[in-house]
Amino acid sequence: MIKRRLMLGNEAIALGLMENGCTMATSYPGTPASEILASFAALQKEESMPRHVQWAVNEKIAFEIAYAGSMSGLRTAVSMKQVGLNVASDSLMSAAYLGVTGGFVVISADDPGPHSSQTEQDSRLMAMMAKIPVLDPDSPLQAKEMVATAFELSETFEIPVMLRPTTRVCHARQDIQPGNIQWHPREIDFQKDPARWAATPKFRFHLHQALEKKLDAIAGYPKTAPVRLNAGANASKAVIVSGVAAGHAKEIMKDLNLWDRIPMYQILQPFPLHKDFASHMIDTYDEILVVEETTGIIEMQLADRHRIKGKLTRSVPRVGELLPETIQNIISEFAGMDPVEIDGPSDPGVRPTLCAGCPHRAAFFAIKKAAPKGIYPSDIGCYTLGLNLGAVDTVLCMGAAVSQAAGFYHAFKHEKKPPDIVATIGDSTFFHAGVPALIDAVVQKVSFVLVILDNRTTAMTGNQPTPAVGMGAGGGLLDSVEIEALVKGCGVKFCRVEDPYNLNEFISLLKDAVKYSRENGPAVVISRHPCLIDRLRKEKPAHRPVKVEVSDECDGCGFCVNHFECPALVLDEEAEQVNIDPILCNGCGVCIGVCPKNSIKKKGNDHSESTK
Amino acid sequence: MKQQIIISGVGGQGVLFVTRLLAEAAIIKGFSVFTSETHGMAQRGGTVLSHLKVGNFSSPLIRPANADGLLALKPGGLNQHGFYLKPDAWAAVNRREGVVQDSKSPVFAVDADGLAQHIHQPKSVNLILLGFTVGVVSKMVENRLFCSQEDIKAVLEKRLAGKNKMLGDAITALETGFKGFERLDLG
Repeated sequence: MIKRRLMLGNEAIALGLMENGCTMATSYPGTPASEILASFAALQKEESMPRHVQWAVNEKIAFEIAYAGSMSGLRTAVSMKQVGLNVASDSLMSAAYLGVTGGFVVISADDPGPHSSQTEQDSRLMAMMAKIPVLDPDSPLQAKEMVATAFELSETFEIPVMLRPTTRVCHARQDIQPGNIQWHPREIDFQKDPARWAATPKFRFHLHQALEKKLDAIAGYPKTAPVRLNAGANASKAVIVSGVAAGHAKEIMKDLNLWDRIPMYQILQPFPLHKDFASHMIDTYDEILVVEETTGIIEMQLADRHRIKGKLTRSVPRVGELLPETIQNIISEFAGMDPVEIDGPSDPGVRPTLCAGCPHRAAFFAIKKAAPKGIYPSDIGCYTLGLNLGAVDTVLCMGAAVSQAAGFYHAFKHEKKPPDIVATIGDSTFFHAGVPALIDAVVQKVSFVLVILDNRTTAMTGNQPTPAVGMGAGGGLLDSVEIEALVKGCGVKFCRVEDPYNLNEFISLLKDAVKYSRENGPAVVISRHPCLIDRLRKEKPAHRPVKVEVSDECDGCGFCVNHFECPALVLDEEAEQVNIDPILCNGCGVCIGVCPKNSIKKKGNDHSESTK
Repeated sequence: MKQQIIISGVGGQGVLFVTRLLAEAAIIKGFSVFTSETHGMAQRGGTVLSHLKVGNFSSPLIRPANADGLLALKPGGLNQHGFYLKPDAWAAVNRREGVVQDSKSPVFAVDADGLAQHIHQPKSVNLILLGFTVGVVSKMVENRLFCSQEDIKAVLEKRLAGKNKMLGDAITALETGFKGFERLDLG
């Protein structure tokens, strides 16, 4: 017997893909979805089956690669976070019409809260818009089981199927009994059918009709039908739950002694909602409470507005994660019980910050020196934390730093003294969505400096390789694309590389770039220093750690703490002195150039100090 | 058996590692387990919180005033996440001041930062606090912890098999915490 294993929700999903014969898995990293592909790659290493697993340059590309695999008859899957699905939405909407051959599962992980995202958008609404079915797991175990259902459903109706886990499923761990990894060798066969795969608008109309027919049938598919959880309960009221809210609600109903009183139903497939179920609910109950995240998708498919309590009636909050304590009070009120007072944290906690020694911190400090009154558009990644340093003014979505910089330039260009614009973007984000925007900026002669923060990895999501690294998801060697060549290929004539640890050189390079950009259009500075916590990095660091100390001349002015914000610099306000935390300090030595009073020194360099 | 425990700290301290060790110890003991973790941006030095539920549960999250215990890797964790605790729950906190005892809701403190420096393993604060917690809760709290120091050691041996230096260091840190508890003046 295989023993129960502690498994992250995302690992459970990956195992589900393996066990059900998924032979192509693609993704672009994004919290909370990143570990799905990483786990799939790790599992693939353990067996010798020929599967394709890859990190793609962005979600749209990931989607289209996996989709073509399905068109060829294979079982395939693409995974991403919810905002990644926005990037892939063009492909999704069209693929829904064309349909699939091999089972095709689109995994889009939502982040109610939001904990690590720009929006709280509900991917189930995207499924509804695309007209494809979506499954909503309540736990790692159910997510794994739903992968099997999703493949079956996809092949039965020749339609892409969405699996929509949320953060609390992706990043929960549960003891799970692994099953057998199935290997169904399938005949690869791409059937040419231009009326379908390359359909013109006239054929699209027919495909749309066919899609509606599929949806009607899927709304009666027995395997994804809603589940009655407590057969014994009987009342004129009922509760409908879905996703992780179902997990919370089951515990709460038992704790409130409502389990035997109020009927409870769990939805597995929020869209399309099963038609018989919807009729049964409206015919049977006077009042129905719907608890789901984040939008009222199930609710809006239950037609009788007078009986339904949910997001539309504001009985359930429309914004934020549905925490179990919130659900407890919603259910209490629905059952006619008194809600309990909820205590929250009395202390806001510690805000995140760039790691001690992070090269981005040095780059941001230099940007503020080189263009002190500039506008600083930025982007999605660890470096969003440049906010704390006052070196990030805007964060919209992947790649927007470059196009927003252009927009600011065009907005201000008729002013007498337009501001300098210095945009920052990470290496992975630049590949993902920055390249087309840079081409546009070159053509439009946009005066701005683009600092590409090149730490040779996708850091925030757990150090996935970028196209410049040339490494596969499983660690194998691939070809690589150099950022300098790409920048020059976009038509940029000023492109220089510097290590931000060389703070003075980096500041003067940035000043040159700013000056150049005012007259000539885009200038690109590649700030290159590897991420300190990149576990995949093989080469030894070129930088030797510098031991720093703070001399007695430090008067505790707080400049370094406020403008450099390194967690290893700790201000002792009583003693009016900054101290170095030896546990946290990584020895980058950049702070030596930051202190305006030259009180931070290389250890042992100052003889008058050491002879004291 | 049902126990709900909160583990709090900041990114980089190893909150997730402690959560995993406890969760795997639960599996060794034959219990079901559910955890919820913080990933993403908060892991860059921000507040990190884990929920650990041992026994039969369907939700990965602990409701306020429902936790049996709290491990706080930062002194502020008790104030910040104390609202999760039941009225008679225990807390084990990494802070310099010695033990604070309240007969109803005991708070046990250990200077894990200092002990970590002392054993020249500055990054082992998490394991020191874990060793301390296992010791002190098993001894002082009526509704003992679901696992013992031996269970945690067994998990470490499994996880770090073949990495003798890392395993040795981890066991040293765990035992340092455990001994830290033994040295406490609990009178």
